[in-house]
Amino acid sequence: MEAFSILAQLTDEGAKAAEAAGSAGFAYGLAAIGPGIGIGYLVGKSVEAMARQPEAAGMVRTTMFLGIAFTEALALIGFVVFILIGL
Amino acid sequence: MSAPDATVMSGPVAGEAVEVRISVDMVKRGLWVAPVLVILAGMIWDIEGSLSAAFATGLVLVNFLLAAGLIAGASRISLGLVMAATLFGYLIRLGLIMLAVLLVRDASWISLPALGATIIVTHLGLLVWELKYVAISLAHAGVRPARP
Repeated sequence: MEAFSILAQLTDEGAKAAEAAGSAGFAYGLAAIGPGIGIGYLVGKSVEAMARQPEAAGMVRTTMFLGIAFTEALALIGFVVFILIGL
Repeated sequence: MSAPDATVMSGPVAGEAVEVRISVDMVKRGLWVAPVLVILAGMIWDIEGSLSAAFATGLVLVNFLLAAGLIAGASRISLGLVMAATLFGYLIRLGLIMLAVLLVRDASWISLPALGATIIVTHLGLLVWELKYVAISLAHAGVRPARP
């Protein structure tokens, strides 16, 4: 009987750990959606601007690259929360 | 407002690869501040913190270079490809960062709080630092700011 209670306790702990990892993974997935939409919108508008005004491509590419990197920081924050909670 | 010309979309983007120049600048600055970050992390999280901070700094710098390389490579081919390369590049780079962290998570020398904190601080810090120079360049196009 004692072995069964220890086994049940271990299973319960494993289930909790799996639940925490699953929740963290889900949160990371959610955190990556926003930056994905943001980067898509940002690059779409930048490509449109470069197509309309090719002479301004250098300036547009500069701001586009920095915009992408700043937006990506949101996904990285989500990733850091994931590694701190889920791993 | 007229739609962009289709021939412009299928041709390469004019001008130099500014992304590469920006990311190389950030990598140079990152290499300058890396020892400070490693020492700071070592003071807070011990030797594991130092090693994790060094790993995280390397990860952020490689991520910047990879992002710039993908966009520059795509813009040499066509403007339309820039869109695809950026979005798939975002997915690939996030996947690579995750893979790199998953590979070392159980290593004895890793400290996850140090790794996470350094990733965020280095990424945002280098961007804000670079933004200062880019803002000056865009506002005064003829003036080249002094390099660090």
